[in-house]
Amino acid sequence: MSKKFTERLGFALLAACAVLVLLFLGIILFDIFSKGIGVISWNFLSQPPKQGMTEGGIFPAILGTFLVSIITVAFAVPLGMFAAVYLHEYARPGRTTRMIRLAIRNLSGVPSIVYGLFGVVLFVQLMHLGTSILSAGLTLGLLTLPWTITACEEALKTVPKAYREGALALGATKWHAIRTNVLPYAIPGMLTGVILGLARAAGETAPILFTGAAFFLPHLPGSIFDQFMALPYHLYILATQHHDIAKVRPIAYGTALVLLGLILLLSFSAIWLRYRYRQGLKG
Amino acid sequence: MFRKSWYFAGLFAIAFTTLVLSVPMANGQGMIQVKGSDSEVNLVQRLAEVFMQKNPGVNISVTGGGSGTGIAALINKQTDIANSSRELSAKEEEAAKKAGVSPFRVAFATDGISVILHPENPVSKLTVDQLGKIFKGEIGNWKEVGGPDMKISLYGRQSNSGTYVFFREFVLKGDYSQHMKSMNGNAQIVEGVQRDKAGVGYAAVGYVVGSSGEVKPGVKILNVAKDEKSEAYNPAKMENVMTGKYPISRPLNQYLNGKPSGKLLDFMKFQISPEGQEIVRKQGFFPVQANWAEFNRKQGL
Amino acid sequence: MSFGAAVSKAADMKELETSLREARRRRRKETLIERFFFLNGLMAILILGGIFALLFIKAYPAFAELGILQFFAGAVWNPTSYSIPRYGILSLIVSSLMVTLGALIIAVPLGVGCAAFISEMASKRFKEILKPAIEILAAIPSVVVGFLGIVLVNPIISKLFGVSHGLNALNGSILLAIMALPTIVSLSEDALRAVPQTYKEASLALGANRWQTLVRVSIPSALSGIIASIMLGMGRAIGETMTVLMATGNAPALTFNFLEAIQTMTATIAIELGEVPYNTTHYYALFVIGFVLFVMTFVVNLISDVILQKYQEVER
Repeated sequence: MSKKFTERLGFALLAACAVLVLLFLGIILFDIFSKGIGVISWNFLSQPPKQGMTEGGIFPAILGTFLVSIITVAFAVPLGMFAAVYLHEYARPGRTTRMIRLAIRNLSGVPSIVYGLFGVVLFVQLMHLGTSILSAGLTLGLLTLPWTITACEEALKTVPKAYREGALALGATKWHAIRTNVLPYAIPGMLTGVILGLARAAGETAPILFTGAAFFLPHLPGSIFDQFMALPYHLYILATQHHDIAKVRPIAYGTALVLLGLILLLSFSAIWLRYRYRQGLKG
Repeated sequence: MFRKSWYFAGLFAIAFTTLVLSVPMANGQGMIQVKGSDSEVNLVQRLAEVFMQKNPGVNISVTGGGSGTGIAALINKQTDIANSSRELSAKEEEAAKKAGVSPFRVAFATDGISVILHPENPVSKLTVDQLGKIFKGEIGNWKEVGGPDMKISLYGRQSNSGTYVFFREFVLKGDYSQHMKSMNGNAQIVEGVQRDKAGVGYAAVGYVVGSSGEVKPGVKILNVAKDEKSEAYNPAKMENVMTGKYPISRPLNQYLNGKPSGKLLDFMKFQISPEGQEIVRKQGFFPVQANWAEFNRKQGL
Repeated sequence: MSFGAAVSKAADMKELETSLREARRRRRKETLIERFFFLNGLMAILILGGIFALLFIKAYPAFAELGILQFFAGAVWNPTSYSIPRYGILSLIVSSLMVTLGALIIAVPLGVGCAAFISEMASKRFKEILKPAIEILAAIPSVVVGFLGIVLVNPIISKLFGVSHGLNALNGSILLAIMALPTIVSLSEDALRAVPQTYKEASLALGANRWQTLVRVSIPSALSGIIASIMLGMGRAIGETMTVLMATGNAPALTFNFLEAIQTMTATIAIELGEVPYNTTHYYALFVIGFVLFVMTFVVNLISDVILQKYQEVER
């Protein structure tokens, strides 16, 4: 075979790979969108489920996901930021720092169900928080933490050294320099990372399975110690455990679409934010 | 644009929301909690709906999770009523005693566990023994029982299911095959068998029979014989189940903590009243059998 | 010295003392702050260690009561048995490895090919479509992918392969491949992009065409990065729960047939944790599975780390 032919064939194969990947994505998005859009209405988004879940909407699940996410962010963001500040501003190269980084990388690879197991023992049982928004939020917070740390560190890296050094040269203490000359410029980048982490946490089911998610609650949660409904868990039950699977299939598609839409909305805002911020920093 | 003030404002918003949320609001005190059997959940939800219509001010929440989950919740004092499609095990009775819970049983309906096949499967009757062997994995191909040459594809429930336990106790008398697919509920088994020409599964009769006794589309209900010498009967016919001719019948139960009173007692009485039993029929199940009705009466219901 | 001079000297000394004290206070505050941040950094190690410790502590009673062999030499998982409870997790491990292997077989060629396409061939416009597309693919939650496994992939498999149903290891492999793809593509693409331009130019100068350069120079040079990405994708696949829970049929038998239903380690925990009373043997046994899962993903991540480290060293 001539060299030119192999080259053409090879590149065609590569193109085929890319096309196939795009095709996968396209099929997924198309299926969810086409079968779910028919169910979406203002009613669907604002009403609770009725008639044994075969009618009505999914508002409690949307609210539940939102409430858990607040706890997740409240936990993972400060911790993540502080850890990132340490790693980027204070840490000296050495074994401890390497171990910390190794631990972070490994934490991001821990299976979500293992986080769920850990959450059940630590938050639900040991800390007596029971199955609740709080337990689930903290469990998800742990899951999001490695991601938040990495994203915040990336944000800190983009702040030019000159900012920091200028402040130090003028006699500021290290913390003062960080506080006034680094953090404010890193915040938008950190925000991006936080929103992306949030998008990921919102879609997770395994960690909330046993730490607080419930299929049907007749009332909205009244405090963070209550159980809650959540979009991903709702989809799971509608698809497998409901007593009239065929009838609620359209609602399942609608739930999938809302969940996907929420995650994509969050992701896009984060990416847009990052883009605007990078433009800002350039100028 | 992104000043420190925005950052602090954001933190404050989060803290505020969290604080607000942690103030417990009135959370439906006086609500009756019902948890447990997936076989019963649809039926009891309907009963609860009608009862709530007639008794505004009463709130009843019905969820599934399997008989085992319901009983565990009763023992943990997390539910008022445990729906259970099987009886309490010795271990559960002990655990209840230890937890200070005295299980009060009410039988409110009858079920004939239906064995379902794909409509194209020519097999129409089997003995209990053959069924047991099929689900244990000892009979692996449909041709061994008069069907087509296809590997039998088993659908069953998970160990928290009362139906799973009951079927194992009375039909298999042994362990399920490791190749049986564990589905999350009756409806998922029905869905699986509808799509699987070699499929067989077991489900509560209310999931496969409609409000006037007709078989729901997409599945076929097997006739089951007690043994080789007996006749095979179909659970869709009420008479077969009520007289015990159909060999895989069972009462559908609810367990409470001690004899109920007040609104809880009213709800229990409603379920076994003629109106309640009519609803049971409409959901595809059968009314309480005579001996269980007597049992209920003896307890004061 | 005169009285006035003594007073002013005393005043100077007082000022010196005060400013020294302030400086000491500031330094203490700085040290405290630094220590505070250090503790936060240490958090990561504490959490990782905590998860390991907790899993082990909860798994230990099962080991103690049943012995390690019960778990690792048994292929039958049936803790709620009619007769004797069995806790063999071999079949579960095999099932997890099967879907992972299947996923890699699909995702590695596709992913590396796609990455090569992006880094070598794609025009700027195509890149602007492909890279966000990969990020969107990564954002799709596992429960949605599992849902599509039930409603979409299931009938396709049963029709295509002539089997009676499509809830099996193959279904799981396809879905996991979709989930692992974004990791493999983006990290492999990073690795390929990091290949120094000089390598490629030298190859072209020596008469190789772009394809040969890609295959014989770029990919080998980026190999460690690519392998690291594969290992990370593998870790992701082993640990995935909802997708396999919904689409693989959940039959705990030991089998090597991709067209049969299987039950992975993750699915087992997800199914049984909710129905098991706390602190029973069955409960502890589930933590054994969790522990094994944790160790497996930890090892895979460690290997990927080591490979990346070596890679960075070599490049320097």
